Amino acid sequence: MEKAPAAPNPDYDLLRPIEDPGKSFYYIVIVLLVIILYTGYVYIRQVYYGLGVTGMAQPVTWGFYIINFVFFIGISHAGTLISAILRLSKAEWRRPITRMAEVITAIVLAIGGLHPIIDLGRPDRMTHLFYNGRLQSPLLWDIVSITAYFTASTVYLYIPMIPDIAILRDRGVKPRWLYEFLSWGWQGTEQQHKVLDRAMNILMVVVIPIAISVHTIISYIFAMTVQPGWHSTIFGPYFVVGAIFSGIAAILVLMIVFRKVFHLERYLKLIHFNYLSVLLLVMSLLWFYFTFSEYLTGYYGHEPNEMRVFWYKFSGAFAPYFWTMVTCNFLLPLILLSNRKTRTIPGILIASISVIIGMWLERLIIVVPSLANPRLPYPTGIYIPSSTEWTLFLGGVSVFILGYMMFARFFPVISIWEIQEGRQESAKAVTERITSYMPDPQTPLAKG
Amino acid sequence: MKWGMVIDLQKCTGCGECVAACKLENNVAIVEPKESEMGRTMLWMDMLTVYEGEYPRLRVRQFPRPCMHCDHPPCTKVCPVRATYRNEEGIVAQIYPQCIGCRYCMAACPYTVKSFNWYKPEWAPGIRETANPDVSVRLVGVVEKCTFCVHRLQKAKEQAKAEGRNLREGDFQTACAESCPAGAIVFGDLENTNHRVNPLSRSPRATRLLEDLGTEPKVIYLKEVD
Repeated sequence: MEKAPAAPNPDYDLLRPIEDPGKSFYYIVIVLLVIILYTGYVYIRQVYYGLGVTGMAQPVTWGFYIINFVFFIGISHAGTLISAILRLSKAEWRRPITRMAEVITAIVLAIGGLHPIIDLGRPDRMTHLFYNGRLQSPLLWDIVSITAYFTASTVYLYIPMIPDIAILRDRGVKPRWLYEFLSWGWQGTEQQHKVLDRAMNILMVVVIPIAISVHTIISYIFAMTVQPGWHSTIFGPYFVVGAIFSGIAAILVLMIVFRKVFHLERYLKLIHFNYLSVLLLVMSLLWFYFTFSEYLTGYYGHEPNEMRVFWYKFSGAFAPYFWTMVTCNFLLPLILLSNRKTRTIPGILIASISVIIGMWLERLIIVVPSLANPRLPYPTGIYIPSSTEWTLFLGGVSVFILGYMMFARFFPVISIWEIQEGRQESAKAVTERITSYMPDPQTPLAKG
Repeated sequence: MKWGMVIDLQKCTGCGECVAACKLENNVAIVEPKESEMGRTMLWMDMLTVYEGEYPRLRVRQFPRPCMHCDHPPCTKVCPVRATYRNEEGIVAQIYPQCIGCRYCMAACPYTVKSFNWYKPEWAPGIRETANPDVSVRLVGVVEKCTFCVHRLQKAKEQAKAEGRNLREGDFQTACAESCPAGAIVFGDLENTNHRVNPLSRSPRATRLLEDLGTEPKVIYLKEVD
């Protein structure tokens, strides 16, 4: 493709990865496709032989699949929830971040939503859920909430993309039919902008309760049983906090990667990283608060079965994971992010990766120890994930990377029109808004 | 009618006859030693060991553990497809063709009584031919557990109907109760005062496992006195 002529609009730089994806794009896609195909083979093998190919057994009957289910769905909270909250609170610095965050949600949700199906012993009977489903079972609640979340978040991703797709259409980028179709006849008229704003306003209000319900209900899967370590009223908000926490970390990692790969230093400035990492720090403290409350309550109740799980985590077989989790989720982010000197891009990257690892470990620590320590005098369960489970985990991550790359190949990861809108209108709007907060000098105080 | 079981731990010798009888009666798959080591042994009736005290005052107790057939079963509450449910006679049943293998019931059971078919169930050549024709063999990927030998109940009911009489106590016994050489396991209708389990279940020695969970198990243990 020939070089683009001197663009009238500097923001059209954002279209370069779409108009000229480069060779390395295809190499990475091929590598990922090979991994995904192999994963598909491994899964078919699992369906053929049964779940025996995994490391699960009695009493640890749930393993990697459920852990990754909770983990991936947790990451998905980044997107929509963060971007909806930032939009709703009119945080102007959101503009270059929202779309990236929303894409994470849509892709990760699709991957996470597949995990309970991978975990089924009889995936061929999945349809039983629809015509024989029991609405009393938390698993059914999950199906409902995840479906709702997936629908809402993809629509919420798509609607603000329409003006950008129209830009691509007008520039005649290939494949033309795709942009022609997806832009839905967007001409940028005042009426269309009004409708778009309206739709976004409705969606961002709707998507927040749905997102919160999703992770609350995932926690209910555990909390609705009477098992020690699971049966806790705090689990709903605890999971939601953890989800947003891991989600922010995921956004930060992606932002750093995109900034590097697509040279987006002009858009993703230090201030954005600074704000988001402070948010990450806040979530880290909140996470610690919940974890502390959860375990302190368990410890003081001193119920024998609860204590068996407690010591299993604190000083037993799971102690290395537990203390790594505390380090990754709390100590490391706290040290790195509360210090201005280390709150730099490399520092934030380290903190975010450590949070992602820590949050994965948290899911592991929630799922396995409670199952490994049954109430009756059985031997303590052992769970060693098999290569099948590792491969499917790797496959899930590959699908995410591929999904994100495909998105970035065809659509701008930063919302062009929202940046332009920010340039043209928000400075004035913000000044007006701030003026409106100030006391009115004109009206004299009522005498009384 | 409310089927229940009384296990007298004073009489139980821990011989494991009930475990073997159950396994044969219900065509429970025999897994390879390697699988068994992983924790995939399938036992509808298990023999649990409790170690009390420390050497030299160590005391080893054993007790048989069938499904508790709770009146408020935590497993049926969470099943997404009604593959496990409590029937009107109090038996917590599994519907194998309905089960999707999510193993939620296994995670929810506080007694950890359920087994999962991690692989296609297999039997040694000799055992295969002697399989019980009254009990359906399970498929790979479904959950199974003790049914209080519900197939025997079915048979006894039909027999009684053919003879035009009501079900009598001796008509229906579970395989474990029948096989117990010490007579420690008694099975019957907890609500019927003519059945032996009825007075036994009200014995001062009667206790239930994890009673404080409110699951109301219908397997009653009679404590050891010594």
